[in-house]
Amino acid sequence: MSSGFDFLGSTAGFSIAFSIIPYEAGDSYLWVYLVGITNTLLLSFLAIVATTMLGFFVGIMRLSKNWMVAQLASWYVEILRNTPLLLQILFWYLAVFAILPRPKNSVDILSLELFQLNNRGFYFPAPVPGDLFWLTMVTLLISVIVAYGIAIWAKRRQNATGVRFPAFWTGVGIIIGFPMLMFLITGSPLQWDIPVLKGFNFAGGSSVPPAFLAVFIALVIYHACFIAEMVRAGILSVSHGQTEASYSLGLKPGLTLRLVIIPQAMRAIVPPLISNWMNVVKNSSLAIAVGFPDLVAVFMQTSLNQSGHAIEIVAMVMFFYMTVSLTISGALNYYNKLVQLKER
Amino acid sequence: MKKLSLLGLGLGMMASLGFTAEMASAQSTLDIVKERGILRCQVGTPAPGFYQLDEKGDWYGSDVAICRAIAAAIFDDPSKVEFQSVTSAVRFTAMANGESDVLSRTTTWTLFRDTQLGLDFTAVNFYDGQGFMVDKDLGVSSALELKGATVCVLTGTTTELNLTDFSRSNDLGIEPVVFEDSNVRDDTFAKGGCDAITNDKSSLASTRAKFPDASKYVVLPETISKEPLGPVVRQNDSQWMDIVKWTVFALVQAEEMGIDSTNIMDMVANPATPEMARMLGVEGDLNKGLGLEKDWVVRIIKHVGNYGEVYEEYMGTKGEFAIGIPRDGSPNALWTKGGLMYSPPFR
Repeated sequence: MSSGFDFLGSTAGFSIAFSIIPYEAGDSYLWVYLVGITNTLLLSFLAIVATTMLGFFVGIMRLSKNWMVAQLASWYVEILRNTPLLLQILFWYLAVFAILPRPKNSVDILSLELFQLNNRGFYFPAPVPGDLFWLTMVTLLISVIVAYGIAIWAKRRQNATGVRFPAFWTGVGIIIGFPMLMFLITGSPLQWDIPVLKGFNFAGGSSVPPAFLAVFIALVIYHACFIAEMVRAGILSVSHGQTEASYSLGLKPGLTLRLVIIPQAMRAIVPPLISNWMNVVKNSSLAIAVGFPDLVAVFMQTSLNQSGHAIEIVAMVMFFYMTVSLTISGALNYYNKLVQLKER
Repeated sequence: MKKLSLLGLGLGMMASLGFTAEMASAQSTLDIVKERGILRCQVGTPAPGFYQLDEKGDWYGSDVAICRAIAAAIFDDPSKVEFQSVTSAVRFTAMANGESDVLSRTTTWTLFRDTQLGLDFTAVNFYDGQGFMVDKDLGVSSALELKGATVCVLTGTTTELNLTDFSRSNDLGIEPVVFEDSNVRDDTFAKGGCDAITNDKSSLASTRAKFPDASKYVVLPETISKEPLGPVVRQNDSQWMDIVKWTVFALVQAEEMGIDSTNIMDMVANPATPEMARMLGVEGDLNKGLGLEKDWVVRIIKHVGNYGEVYEEYMGTKGEFAIGIPRDGSPNALWTKGGLMYSPPFR
């Protein structure tokens, strides 16, 4: 067997159905590696964000005093946590997305002729920025900094004088208002490329393939169960006396949850959350079962087969997953240090 | 720092695995097989015609017949084969690390694979070509009409590369959907998840044979590639390569001479020509260089039949499980009938 990393420079020769960075069949194996990495990162990042949100929501639902809501949440967790992820991915792919109508009979979501769903994917308009669009982006950046400054000032003033200032809503107003104003002043320099039916399928706009949707939904639904359990356990770990104390200070239940319970629960939630996020990234490699071109599919399967450099390729893929896992773990450990009880 | 040294350890382990595979190949494969008492033969996941399982769990098919023929030549027993069913994506690795003795699964002979994967291609037992299959309802009659179409394809195959070449050279902008598992691919295609499916034409026939309503699908006329398929062995074991190669030739030569599984014993008793006598081990010592017994060809034909018998049984039209690919006029006919099936002389 030939060895060494020279093959990374040679032409890959196969196509990849979905990539966020531009890819053509004449590009090199090194570029295929980057295409795989970006696809995996996109899938994992979106899945982690959605998983965490759903997980928190379900975890809190499960502790609800409303019997129906709590039961619903616990059935969801118990059923989905106990079936293998691969089966769930195949279920979403073969039983849900594969039986969607063909492009000619696409589901026109909200009947706007903008969002189309069919068995080739989900199609949506793509933004095409015009000449002066950068001014809007710059305004947005400045607004965010200003809003952040106001929030800091408001907190300091509250600490010093006890007078509250509605920093959150002011911030929202600034971040939405000023860029919008700039956008209108510069003449709305943003066009939308709308997908239209052409030949066999929709052309134009952006799209994600059904395999992406299947893997994304399966990952989110599966891992959210675990996060829900962590959130539930974390909240239960906070002594009930804290709630009572908070109520006796006159805080409403919503504020109690947000200001008293969750911050203390985070100490218990974050350590298992680290490993769960890492698992989302690692499990995204199951995408190969339904043909989504993630790093494992394009690099460890196709490239390995076409080039034969097994050791180098497996090492490169291992290196990527280890780097991502260590980064996540490092970042969350740092956060954990911040929220941990500080003994003085 | 501790984590980094762990990574180093992992890499070191993988490198040493590579070394053991190298050392294992120092012993000749024939000796290993004889010592083990069984041949390890790599086939694919079941595909009608090539390799399939019957109700009892026994493998049969045209590529399986090659495995059985090699086992018959060595042990005089076609059942002394351990079949390893492996996906396209891991086949070469399984060969390279010594898990299998021979790979007999629709693998296309290409220059790159022959020279850069540590493998040797031996002979061709089936000449194939890549084509497209579509649903009749799509109303397409040529592959050149597939502009912008979505096409299902298996990963790790030459098919995937040919599809891209075809799309690029004809400016079709074909969108491939790549699968690891042929069942998921077929299911996706059957539900309309892709406009067309591409593979070797024989495999398409084999896929179509699996569908409940086979007449709904049509294979388009274009053949976009040459796909010579045949058994593969590890590099640098020329005796083992000769055994596999000449097993295929023996099947072809026997058909050319009119020897089949029914008349083989009569032919041994009464060889028609000196060449037949040499081939059947009645005269001379053609077996010697191969390290096999004198009657190795007799064993093959007796147990497995000749090339034509194998073809008709599994690929052609006569056998119970044959997938109906006509042989006459195709490259798989004997050279005496205008085909490409040709054995070097047995002398």
